[in-house]
Amino acid sequence: MVEEDNTLMTTENSSLPQVPPELQDNVRLMPWDKLYNWSRKRSMWPLFTGLACCAIEFIAAAASRFDMGRYGMDIARASPRQADLFIISGTMTKKMAPQVVRLYNQMAEPKYVIALGACAISGGPFKDGYNVISGVDKFLPVDVYVPGCPPRPEALYNAILTLHAKITNEPISSLRWYQKDGEDEGIPVPVLGPDMVDWRLMYKVPPLERSK
Amino acid sequence: MAEEILISQPTTEALSTLEQHFPGAAQPAEYEGIVIAPGHLGKVASFLRDQLGYDYLSLVTGVDYPEATAQFPARFETTYHLFRSKGGGPLVLHVHANRDDPVVPSVVGVWPGASVHERETWDLMGIRFEGHPDLRRILLWEGYEGHPLRKDWHEVYYEEEKKPFSSRHPEGRPVQAEERAPLGCNLRYPPDWSPDSWEPQAEMRVYAPMDEHVGDNGRSMPTDQVVINFGPQHPSTHGVLRMVARLDGETIQQLEPVLGYLHRCHEKIGERNTWLANMPFTDRLDYVCSMSNNFGYAVAVEKLMGVEVPERAEYIRVIMAELTRIMNHFVSIGFFTNDIGVYLTFMLYALEERELIIDLFEMASGSRMMCNYFRFGGVARDLPEGWLSVAKELVYERIPRRVEEFEKLCLENEVFRARTIGVSALPADVAVAYGCTGPLLRACGVPYDVRRAEPYSIYDEFDWDVAVGHNGDIYDRFKVRLEEMRQSLRILRQALERLPDGPIQSKKVQATAKVPAGEAYGRVEAPKGELGFYVVSDGTANPYRYRIRTPSFANLGVLGKISRGHLVADVVAILASIDITLGEVDR
Repeated sequence: MVEEDNTLMTTENSSLPQVPPELQDNVRLMPWDKLYNWSRKRSMWPLFTGLACCAIEFIAAAASRFDMGRYGMDIARASPRQADLFIISGTMTKKMAPQVVRLYNQMAEPKYVIALGACAISGGPFKDGYNVISGVDKFLPVDVYVPGCPPRPEALYNAILTLHAKITNEPISSLRWYQKDGEDEGIPVPVLGPDMVDWRLMYKVPPLERSK
Repeated sequence: MAEEILISQPTTEALSTLEQHFPGAAQPAEYEGIVIAPGHLGKVASFLRDQLGYDYLSLVTGVDYPEATAQFPARFETTYHLFRSKGGGPLVLHVHANRDDPVVPSVVGVWPGASVHERETWDLMGIRFEGHPDLRRILLWEGYEGHPLRKDWHEVYYEEEKKPFSSRHPEGRPVQAEERAPLGCNLRYPPDWSPDSWEPQAEMRVYAPMDEHVGDNGRSMPTDQVVINFGPQHPSTHGVLRMVARLDGETIQQLEPVLGYLHRCHEKIGERNTWLANMPFTDRLDYVCSMSNNFGYAVAVEKLMGVEVPERAEYIRVIMAELTRIMNHFVSIGFFTNDIGVYLTFMLYALEERELIIDLFEMASGSRMMCNYFRFGGVARDLPEGWLSVAKELVYERIPRRVEEFEKLCLENEVFRARTIGVSALPADVAVAYGCTGPLLRACGVPYDVRRAEPYSIYDEFDWDVAVGHNGDIYDRFKVRLEEMRQSLRILRQALERLPDGPIQSKKVQATAKVPAGEAYGRVEAPKGELGFYVVSDGTANPYRYRIRTPSFANLGVLGKISRGHLVADVVAILASIDITLGEVDR
């Protein structure tokens, strides 16, 4: 279980301005990063998307017994432009890959990815399949992997807390998406050809190699 | 009705009748059914439907025999499973096609429901159906290289023909699939293919059936028809279903589901697996109700193996299957109301009940969703201590009250009635012709339930009624679901009272147990409709052919028909009332 730093820090550092004793219950001093990340992690909106079985457990995790609202994740957004957490819940097939990549590209930064379940991690039981991509990390940068087939809602909560811990410790000054030229051109969207066409592979591998 | 159910040997009877009417067209098949000469198929099909009453085509599938067998040469074989909508056993037809250019006449003209199955067979097996109006790929995409279910087609991560793979036993080093693949990933391109001089056609072909109609609508006020796209990322498509629709204003003129976004190659993987190893894979078909899927597969393979199931195991199976049905219908109603705009309220109520039921599954099987609970000849584990009292509490106290509550909340609700009554009414004859099953069919007034029509397990020992609707609209579909929940409770009460003591497995079936050669079609009434497993064994430890007839896939064939003329906003309601799970549609 991840140690989570939930409280806003009071400072004991003497170089910072001292808070008068009568105000100490009302005023907290903290680094800007901390405050910014604290509010960010407490209002993550997941994308309302389900690829396969794990989506049902994702829904169960959002429902009343487990209640995602506790983490400020009440409302799953159906539009990727309003979401900042992509929970990939299930098998990513070749036919679905263009859509998944496009959804990720459309999400506003900062954005995070949780790979939920064995299929999202590696293809899982369906890895051998001709239409299955063995792991979403072949395309998307994954922040947290959740093993299980399907993972229980508790496992998803552990992943969310892990992600919170990651966000808490992110220094804003050096994060790519807060930089001036931090624009990302996105991941090249694959297309469906004789097999799924992954453009990154096309440019990497010379034509002769490809034909093997 | 009981007399008609007793027709248990229709094959010999049908064979002699066909011999009279179409001399030389029919001969007995290797294992089961009748081989029809391709030239006669059209006439024989109409005759079977009109004269002998086989009006319901359950499944069309293909089998690849690259080697000649004792009776027949190397061939592709298409198999048709026909039933009477009044009940009774199957009539199996086989049609042979040569291996170089397999062509078989299409039966879409006789049974429109064959359309989706024939498209799938063309897609995965490469058998062309002459006369099919729209023979495009259905699970993969246009332009895909090869037909994966052919025996000589190997996937990129191909290791060996059959599991268990020798590299894993007894001391071989397992090699990552990526290390073996030439490109280091699950991709492969034809040798002469280059991305530079190539036009993708997959997307264009999706819209092809719509294009010819776009434009003027032929009325005095000229308006354009437009083609729109729903999904596969859409909050109301219950997963990754995609639909393209042609609209005139807000009215649907034509609608086509586009499938395959969750095609996980279930059947190819299943044919490499051992028989028992497929059991956990069936869980992932209809991932809302895994117990029913287990049931179907167990019934099919037990037919081949000839294993007896002890009485206690049968009772446990029925209890689990009926609990699954209740759970599925709760979830189905919850999602439906979510789609028509109640957003989360109902879904939270429904999921609350689901949690309580999957708690029971977890107690018995160790897993919430993917139970993997059934074995050939029984179930995996006995019920744990205290299970019965929890189950009785649910079945006698909580769920009946909840069903009442749901009925009041839904069926007497003004908005619910306005959105559902009279929407997408489906006539009974159309429903049967399209191969619809489950609540979708029963809502039209056809009392067809596999538990009654061809009883399996011990369903004939219980006292229960088939829930039937009248109008075939969305309202009736939900009325039928609610009634079915009551009937399931009735079965559950009897089963829980009478649950006998005794063994739960007749004998332990080894993981690599061999199954006698033959073919079988085992079907059960899953919550969404008829779930059938067509298995062919060549006497080894792995299935030779493993085809799943899933209710969601077959029921989707009628979606375009029942959406026509309704508003765009109704499409999500119609889709939710069919009740699909994408894992089952795409497999």
